[in-house]
Parts: sequence; C-alpha cells; structure tokens
Amino acid sequence: MITTQPVPTLKTTLALALLFTVPLAACSKRADEAPIIGIVTKTETNPFFVKMQEGAEQAAAANGVTLLTGGGRSDGDNAGQVAAIENQIAAGAKVILISPSDAKAIVPTITRVREGGVLVIALDSPTDPMEATDGFFGTDNYRAGELIGAYAKARLGEKVPKVVTIDLIPGHPTGAQRHNGFLKGMGLATNERTSNENASPSEVVCMGNSIGDQAKAQTVMENCLQSDPTVNVVYAINEPSAAGAYNALRKAGRDKDVLLVTVDGGCRGVADVAEGHFAATAQQYPLRMAELGVQAAMEFFKSGRKPSGFVDTGVALVAGEPVAGVKSLSAGEAASRCWGTK
Amino acid sequence: MKARHLATFGPLIALLVACAFFASQSARFLTPDNFSLIAQQVMVVGVLAIGQTLIILTAGIDLSCGMLMALGSVLMTTMATRHGVSPVSAIVLGLGATTLAGIVNGLLVTRIKLPPFIVTLGTMNIAFALTQILSRSQSVTEVPPLLTALGNTVQVGGTRIAFGSLAMVLLYGAAWWLLRETAGGRHIYAVGNNREAARLSGINTERVLLSVYAMAGLLYGVASLLAVARTGVGDPQAGQTENLDTVTAVVLGGTSLFGGRGVILGSLIGALIVGVFRNGLTLMGVPSVYQILVTGVLVILAVATDQWSRRAS
Repeated sequence: MITTQPVPTLKTTLALALLFTVPLAACSKRADEAPIIGIVTKTETNPFFVKMQEGAEQAAAANGVTLLTGGGRSDGDNAGQVAAIENQIAAGAKVILISPSDAKAIVPTITRVREGGVLVIALDSPTDPMEATDGFFGTDNYRAGELIGAYAKARLGEKVPKVVTIDLIPGHPTGAQRHNGFLKGMGLATNERTSNENASPSEVVCMGNSIGDQAKAQTVMENCLQSDPTVNVVYAINEPSAAGAYNALRKAGRDKDVLLVTVDGGCRGVADVAEGHFAATAQQYPLRMAELGVQAAMEFFKSGRKPSGFVDTGVALVAGEPVAGVKSLSAGEAASRCWGTK
Repeated sequence: MKARHLATFGPLIALLVACAFFASQSARFLTPDNFSLIAQQVMVVGVLAIGQTLIILTAGIDLSCGMLMALGSVLMTTMATRHGVSPVSAIVLGLGATTLAGIVNGLLVTRIKLPPFIVTLGTMNIAFALTQILSRSQSVTEVPPLLTALGNTVQVGGTRIAFGSLAMVLLYGAAWWLLRETAGGRHIYAVGNNREAARLSGINTERVLLSVYAMAGLLYGVASLLAVARTGVGDPQAGQTENLDTVTAVVLGGTSLFGGRGVILGSLIGALIVGVFRNGLTLMGVPSVYQILVTGVLVILAVATDQWSRRAS
C-alpha cells in the first residue's frame, strides 16, 4: 500500500515553531541578577507537592529570589527528576530542594551537582543514604505510622486486631516506612525503619496496592472485605486511598465499626476526620518544609553556610475521638494548619 | 473445536475456567454479591474498552482514553460544584467535551494522516494537563447526587446491581448490534482489514474513521460519569493506567491489534477476566504483586492463541 506523506510547507513549519516558542518566551521573563533556587517534587500534580511548591514560591518571593519548579511525571519517576535537576542547574540554580521519588536512584545525580558547588536539600523524604544531600527537612514517615498505629491499638482495646493495609506500590520507601511504622504502633511484628518491604504479620488479613489512587483503593477494600469480613482496622497509605476505602466500607455498611486510619493531614482529610469518616490521620507540614528549605538557601547565598542532618518538620496525630494516653490534635485544631483547598 | 472458533469462544472458556477455579478455592467467590462487586469494579474500564475496541478494529490504538475520562469527570464535577452549572448541563458538557476530543483525534488521524499512536500520545498529554489546570490538581468533592446516580443499586433477584454495571452491559449490546447488523459496522471491519481495498470498494474511509473516534470519545464521556459515580468525586489523578488496562481487556477478548478481526463482547469478557482474577486472588490471599504477574502472563497467552488460530485458519 502506497501512502503519500504531505510535505509541511514553510508556512506551517513557521507557524508551528511560533506556537511552541511563544509560551516559552513568556515563561522565561525574570530578573537576571536574582539568585536562583530550584525545587523538584515527586510530581507537580499531587496536592501535597502543589502545596509545597506554593510554600517555596511564597518564601522565594518574600526573599527576592527566583524559584524554578519541576518534578517527575508520576510517583517513582526518577528519570523525570534527573532531567528537572539538570535543567534547573543549566538555568543557573545554585540550590536544589528535592523530594526524591527514588531514594537510591537519584543519589549519583545529586552527588554530581554537589561536586559542582550546588547546595542540595531533601524535602519530605530522605535520600538513601541520607548523607547524600546537605540536609533533610521532612516528616519522619515511620513516626507518622507509629502515631496512627498507637491510636488504633488504644481504640481497639481488648479486641484481637484484624488489619487491612492499603499500600502504595511494592518497594516504595515512603510506603514501607508508613506501613511498618503503623504495625510498630499497633504493637505487631514489623520491619525496621530502613526496610523497603511491607511486613505482613499474621494479624494483617489482607494487603493491596492503590498507587495512591482513590478508585483503586476502593477496589482493594471491597475485595478485602469479601476475603475477610471480620476486619476491624484499616490502614491507608494516604488520604485519597482512605477516601476510597471509606466508600467501600460505607457501601458495605461497615463504616461505623471499622477503624480507618491514614497519613497526610490535607484539608480534605482533616474534614473527613471531623465528619467521622476517618478515625485518625497523621498531619504533615509541606509548607513548613518548603519555607525551611528556602531559609537554608538564603543562609547559603549570604554566608556560604550549609545546613546539616535531619530537621524534623513535625508530624501530629489528628483524631476525632481522643484516647487517654495518646496525644492528639482535634480536627478543628488541625484544620487551621492543613494544606490543600479548605 | 475449530481453530477459528477458539478466538471467539476462547476468552469465554478462560473466564468460566477461572470462575470455576476460584469457586473451588473460596466459598465467598461464587455469590451474587461478589459478582455484583466485580461488575462495579470493571464498569469504568469496560466502557472505555468499547471505544478502544472500535478504534483497534480500524487498526488504530487510543492512548488518550484514560486521561480523557479524567478530563470528562473533572469537567462535569467542577462545572456542577464551582461554576453553578446545573447537573444535567454539566453532564452534557462533559460528554460534549470528550466527544469533541474524540473528533480531534479522528481529524488528526484522517486529515493530517498521522498514526493514531502518535496522535493519541499527544492528546493524552494535553488532556492530562487540562485536567490538572481545570481542577488545580485537587479532587472535586461534594458533587450533586445526579452525577453519582449511576452508582446507585437496584434489587435484581438476590443481589443489588449498580445502574452503572447495567449501563455497561447495555452499551456493549448496542455496540454489538452496530457492528453486526448495520452497514456502518461492517465498514469498520472493512477499513481495519484493508483501508485501501475498502476505499476502492466505495467506502468513505475517512468518514468511517472519524465516526469511530467520535463514538469512542462519547463512550469515554460515559466512563467519566461512571468514574464519578463509583468514587463520588472528580479525581484528577484518575485514568493514568486505563489506556493500557483497556488494551489488556481488548487483547484478552481476542480482538486482533492488527485490526479488522475481533468480537466486541470479547472485550467485556476481557475486562471481566481481569476483574475476576484481581478479586479471586485477593480472596485466596495472594499478594498483589502476583496479581500483576498473572495479568501479564494472561495477555501473552491471549495473543499467542490469536496468532495460532490465525495460522491454523
């Protein structure tokens, strides 16, 4: 079969070239002499990272520095992060703030840019090893898991735990830390904080992966309820997954007698705690991570001083019904510090 | 059984064998409630797969279907919650937008003669970006009840079936009728088999292709509504794996990726096979990593069967 390919005329080629360059030209207007900071998040669409970028933008504007933003296409997209770092360095960034998607795979790139005199700070989750960056400002995800685990254990009291875990994807550090920390808080057999594997003690009756997606989490919860209806505790990796799990529980008429706990502390999730949909969540502070990151960058521009080690930006338990012996914020208190759309 | 029947009945036999196996492993599998659940879990991918099948029958492929579904659901929900549009108008707008996107795909394929793979790779990215811009990357909540009505259930015999699952079955029936009983349906097969021969025999191939892409777009809009009904929100993060999930369903259903050969009902069976395995393996307590592994093996088996039946006939 013979097909003829139309040859693009000069006019269409020019038109296309214009089409692609006009928006780029519009984006590249900025003060040339201001120092430049780059922020590279896991994705640029997850509300948590959108908030983090906003926080960095506000702090950068307040300090009169230019901020470049970038990120991977999806959680786990290491190549996308490498490209974003390279582009930001090429644009003149002297400080990179990064939330590594793949804690190990990003290390060679970070080492290379640090050798070129660039300051690199990890936000939200550390690199592996943590010393590969100049500092790490973030949440202790294992601790976040421990908080909701301890809360669930206290709420269960004497009941034998029958646990469902809705996880991220196999082998994801953040996912494993939250999952294993949660089991630790529950007082069950678990893995240590450096493990990337989700522990499955006998009390865990069903496990599934949601990739953080609400619809997929709903499917996991539905199937887990079919496989073992005696479940009394559900742990979900993040609030969208918890929302999917809640849907499945509500449809099965089990939302009142199953404890659902999760991690994030976004405004939507805090509202879900207030309404009694989630028993508890562990709140993180992405704005604070970004602000501290920009502050450290300013210090570096002024004096050349670098931060060091882990700065915990804090995590707080948010619970609808407080339990004696477990410190928690009320949903009202958490709502004033939540991230995302109110 | 003759080899050419294997492509038609193979998927159905595979589904029945899988059901028999899981029924032997778990007492909870073979219950009306469990089947109702599987039907709800596959309805979104099932409806998307109708559009994907029509396009694959014309020897094309559509990578944009999942992102268009997310765009449609975010458009419907934002319009109805943030811009004061009535629920009915919001649904019409969403259906219109995905249909228009389908027409754009079709025009780029027919007029500018670009390969469907490339066109839909482009529109997939455009749709994803528009979805994020429109929703500011936030799930749209508190949607009016009309947008989630397809998630409601009706009592059928001993169980409750979601309206969305019934809608999926009805749409498959309509597509089956279109492909089997109408001239237009036969033209779709002709174009997929040999576009040049179809053109020489007097079929307006451009019009056939354009209507297929437009119909697919409309079906993605219906899937948008089903996704909202299932989750109760407009989720901008949805639809990221659906393009390949639909291709999986189509291939498992015995439709050839080379175009011109396939049965639309096969895609429904293909979607059900994935759902049955996911549900059944969970009931057996098999870790989810192995569920992914099994899906991969099934796809290769299905294509190998298709090739073998081709050679044999």
